[in-house]
Amino acid sequence: MSWLVFAALFWIGALALNIWLSRSRLVKSRGGRLLVPAIFGITILVVWEAVVRGLEVPGVILPPPSAIGARIATSLPVLWVDFLQTFVKGALSGYLIGCAAAVLVAVAIDRSPFLQRGLLPVGNFVAALPIVGIAPILVMWFGFDWHSKAAVVVVMVFFPVLVNTVAGLAASEPMQRDLMATYSANYWQTLVKLRLPAAMPFIFNGLKIASTLALIGAIVAEFFGSPIRGMGFRISTEVGRLGLDMVWAEIAVAALAGSAFYGVIALIERGVTFWHPSQRT
Amino acid sequence: MKSVLPILTVVAVIVALWYAAAVWMNAQWVYDQAARADTEVTLAEVIPQTLAQERPVLPAPHQVAAELWKSVVGQKVTSKRSLIYHGWITLSATLLGFAIGTGLGILLAVGIIHNRAMDLSVMPWAIASQTIPILAIAPMIIVVMNSVGLSGLLPKAVISAYLSFFPVVVGMVKGLRSPDAMQLDLLRTYNASRGETFWKLRLPASMPYLFASLKVGVAASLVGAIVGELPTGAVAGLGARLLSGSYYGQTVQIWAALFAAAIAAAALVGIIGAIQRVTLRRMGMAR
Repeated sequence: MSWLVFAALFWIGALALNIWLSRSRLVKSRGGRLLVPAIFGITILVVWEAVVRGLEVPGVILPPPSAIGARIATSLPVLWVDFLQTFVKGALSGYLIGCAAAVLVAVAIDRSPFLQRGLLPVGNFVAALPIVGIAPILVMWFGFDWHSKAAVVVVMVFFPVLVNTVAGLAASEPMQRDLMATYSANYWQTLVKLRLPAAMPFIFNGLKIASTLALIGAIVAEFFGSPIRGMGFRISTEVGRLGLDMVWAEIAVAALAGSAFYGVIALIERGVTFWHPSQRT
Repeated sequence: MKSVLPILTVVAVIVALWYAAAVWMNAQWVYDQAARADTEVTLAEVIPQTLAQERPVLPAPHQVAAELWKSVVGQKVTSKRSLIYHGWITLSATLLGFAIGTGLGILLAVGIIHNRAMDLSVMPWAIASQTIPILAIAPMIIVVMNSVGLSGLLPKAVISAYLSFFPVVVGMVKGLRSPDAMQLDLLRTYNASRGETFWKLRLPASMPYLFASLKVGVAASLVGAIVGELPTGAVAGLGARLLSGSYYGQTVQIWAALFAAAIAAAALVGIIGAIQRVTLRRMGMAR
């Protein structure tokens, strides 16, 4: 009971603190902007822990954050092996292949308006489909190891990147293209010096969408069969053994990996598209 | 209408490539069978055989179409072999989850724009959560809800709701903030209250953003419902068809379920697109 009272008090206290912070002048600074969501996140963890203890929720339903943290600390090697298998081998290699292929195809069909008019609606259509469903087929074709996961990722990231790149290649203005023409630049010079740089904000938009899809694809593909390592494998087997603290540990790793992946791409974007209005502050 | 011909061309090319791939990938099996029976097969004999196998590596388009037709039209709707039966199970979870997720998402967005503390504390997490592979928690939700006695439709709907929730929150916050300062000032000169500003300016202005995120959300909901069916041990639903097909090597069944899912997704997105067109035209916002 005392845990529940503590949870309620902590919640009210943190809420009051956040309301005060959001009205104060601190919010204008960068530190204050980080502080408020951080307090919110810590509050959730504390309330979670206190409620689980107060109500004595069994660990097979919802383990407290402290148990998850302890599990992460004790099983770092397992988590690292899973991370390597799913993220580096499955998601990352598939992501690189898929995105490279999509950009190349986009440049190739860019020369033909006919192909663009035909491929874009098809690409948009496919991008909305539940592509994860091809996972069982690709697992059958490429075997249980990371190759099949990479293949799923390739298919999943291909269409969002393709559609965005084609839209980006059309983004340079006629005036700018005319300028290139007056310089007597040929097709490739125009492409490399004007149209690809102008397309970068769009391409990075696609790359960011694809970064989330890549991790989802790699994890879900492992539900259909995998060697005895990998995040999706660990999640599905530990759920079966009711080792929920391990499942939460894997989810924490997946969340960290996903955010870090996204963050890295956003950083690269800031470097590449420094000229774009959205990056100038 | 100008793009009908190019689209048809592209689709035709895809189908042709598919047939070529089917012949190429299934040929090995035919040659193996022939070698086992000590007979020689010519290429002209191989091709028809590759397109009519029981369990091909890659089924030909017409096999998938036949399987779809057989399991949609050829079965009673209540039969466990009917894709309509499985599709409806998945679709009902999708729609329930989508409704829950959208409702909660809009409510949270309204809270976020009216409360600065909520905006500052929740919004960064809502944006960050889009970079997280949320789908990974699907098996856990299913098993945990099963162990507290909830099974069937609801756990899948929870996953669907969770997946459609965040796109709606982010899109709706953007939309409710889209009226510019001049319009907000105008309402202030009318002495409009916050409620009136919300109903007469912010909500109507958010509609294009809402529909854009609804389209993303409904597609995510369907994926959530399908993945949610995987860990329940393949009982019913399109995800269960995929899983049982992959266990028993029934490739044609997998492809048929996949196409059923694709058709369902296209239909859902199409319906929302149609509602969007009608709504925006009635509101005078059609482009």
